[in-house]
Order: sequence, then structure tokens, then C-alpha cells
Amino acid sequence: MGNTLSAAWSIARKDLAIEFRTRSAFFSAVIFALLGLVIFYFAWDPTAVSVTDLAPGVLWVIFTFSGLLGLHRSFGVESEDHAIDGLLASPISREAIFVGKAIANLIFVAAVQLVAIPALVVFYNLPLGRVAAPLIAIAVLAAIGLVAIGTLFSAMAVNTRLAELLLPMLSLPFFVPIVIAASQSTAKLLSGRPVAEVSAWLKLLVAFDIVFVAACTLAYPLTVDD
Amino acid sequence: MLYEALSPRENVAFAARLYGVRDARARVEASLQRMSMLDRADAPVRALSRGMQQRVSIARAMVHSPQLVLADEPYSGLDESGARALTVLLGELRSAGTAIILVTHNLAEGLSLATHAAVMQRGRFVRYDSADRVEAGSYSTLYREAVGSG
Repeated sequence: MGNTLSAAWSIARKDLAIEFRTRSAFFSAVIFALLGLVIFYFAWDPTAVSVTDLAPGVLWVIFTFSGLLGLHRSFGVESEDHAIDGLLASPISREAIFVGKAIANLIFVAAVQLVAIPALVVFYNLPLGRVAAPLIAIAVLAAIGLVAIGTLFSAMAVNTRLAELLLPMLSLPFFVPIVIAASQSTAKLLSGRPVAEVSAWLKLLVAFDIVFVAACTLAYPLTVDD
Repeated sequence: MLYEALSPRENVAFAARLYGVRDARARVEASLQRMSMLDRADAPVRALSRGMQQRVSIARAMVHSPQLVLADEPYSGLDESGARALTVLLGELRSAGTAIILVTHNLAEGLSLATHAAVMQRGRFVRYDSADRVEAGSYSTLYREAVGSG
């Protein structure tokens, strides 16, 4: 277990170092997120829809699609110069490769959220205050589930000719239950409902995370072994 | 199998971590030094020539002291000093008891290292000998005929 986590962390560090040098996926994701915020803001009629009704949908649409930009790149870097063969031939477990990729993707999505959530709060003048902590918990829980699914499908799609199309086609149906739970709980929090009222959605998110992380970690070796 | 955005040092260190190499830092430096890559160890791999990238690949492959080396055309893209460094490295590995399967069109380098030599044509060995029975001239002729006939 210790070796698996140590190898996973090495892979995550390597992926983050590559992203830090190139910054291609991060800037694409942040620009997409900010652009989405602006477009929704100007398309929004504040007399017809209140900000607390609009913001959760905007937030989760942005997270879902900006996250896909980073997830696509996750295994894309391994296809350059057949680097994935080097990983597969090394003595580390397949699970370590998946967990390492997932950790790097989680940090990537969290970094995008760090930019997008404050931007949303400022743009839409959201009364964040006391709901900040539970909102962060929802963002983290949802990100874990989205990343687990997206990392698995990124591995499956990377060697196909239509990888950029296939990744969202495969991932989005599995994202739906997570996004529903996340947007419902976000909406309740922003509309001033007590935190206890969203605990059922939070438990559901935790359950999704456990199921998806376990299932995707176990399924990953099947996508790379002949 | 290199990551172009990373430096040679980072690529080799990553391989060392994957293989759980002890005293990794020193082994990484030694591996890069063997391939004369220390002075370019921090440049991004994408900024290196093909020959230098080949040197980094070799340093990466050797950092964990493998017991078996499968080297498919390791001399391709290497300049003269790189080829010399590789020959020395392979010689040292052989002396240390490492099994090496070397596929090469560079007969002189190959025969200088080999304990056994073979010529393969269309997936079949047309000749196989121990090194002390190999006469370089006849091997070279057979090789040219084999390659020429495709």
C-alpha cells in the first residue's frame, strides 16, 4: 500500500510539473470557466431568475466542462513518445498509475475551482458568508467523483482517433448523478437553507465517490492490459 | 519514453523513483554523467537534439541497473562521442553480468560487444555463432546480402 501511494505521488508530481511548465490545460480551463461566467452573466435576466437559482447551474456546468479539458490531457501526455509503455513496464502497480493520474487531475480541478468560485461570487454578488465551508466540501466531494470517472475514460479514449469527442461522450452520462447532487446541495445552501438540509445530498456524494473511486481504480488495469 | 516538458534530470529521476532506486539522487547524476549529459541536465528535453534525447533515453533506461537490457538500435541518432559512451556503458554492463540483447545495423559496434551474434532475415535467424567463431568480414557480407535482399 505504501509503495502504491508513493509511486502514485511520483506520477502525480510528474504530471503537475509538466502542467506547470506548459500551463496549456490550466489556462484553457480557466479561460473557459471565466468566459462561461461572463456569458451566463450577460444572458441572465435578474428580474426573471434570482441569482441563487442561476448560480448553482452555472457553477456546475463550468466545473464539468472545464474539468474535461484537464482530464483529456491526463493520459495525452503519456502518448507522446510512448511514455505510457515506460510506466506499464515499470514495477509499479496499474492501480498506482490510476491513483497518481487521479491525484494530479484532482489538484488541477481544485486549482480551476480556486479561480472560478471567487469569480462567481464577485460576478453574481453571491452571499457566500456562512455557506463557504459546506460549499467547499461539496466542491471537493464532487471533484473526487468527476475526476475518478474522467481519469478512467481518459485512459480508455486516449488511443482512439476521436479521443476529444469520446471522452465527454463516455464521461458525461456518469457525471450526471454527481452533478445533480452537487447542484442541488449548492442551490439549497445559496438560498439560505440550513446545512442539515443538504446533509442527505452530501451523503449521496460521499457514496458516489466511494463507488466511483473503487470501481474506476479496479477497472483501470483492464483498459491497459492486453 | 521521455517527457519533453521535463529536463533530462527530471526524466531520469522519475524513472529512478518508479523503480525504487536507492540513493536515487547519486544514481541519477551518475547515469547522466555516463552519457555525458550533466551539462544539459536541466534543459527541457524538447530543446535537445535527437542524439541528446537518445542519450537521455539510455540514461533513463540504465538508472536502475537492469538485469536484462533489450536495446533496439541504440546507436541510431547518436553522434560519435555518444556512440562511444554507449559502447563503454554496454561493455561495463556486460562485465557486470547483465544480459544484453542488442539489435543493430552497426556491425563493428555490435560485434565488439557481443558474446554471441546472429543475423536475422525476415524474422528468422540465418546465422548464429558465438563471438569467438565470428569472422567480421564474412558476417559483414552475409549482413549486406540479407539487408539487400530485404
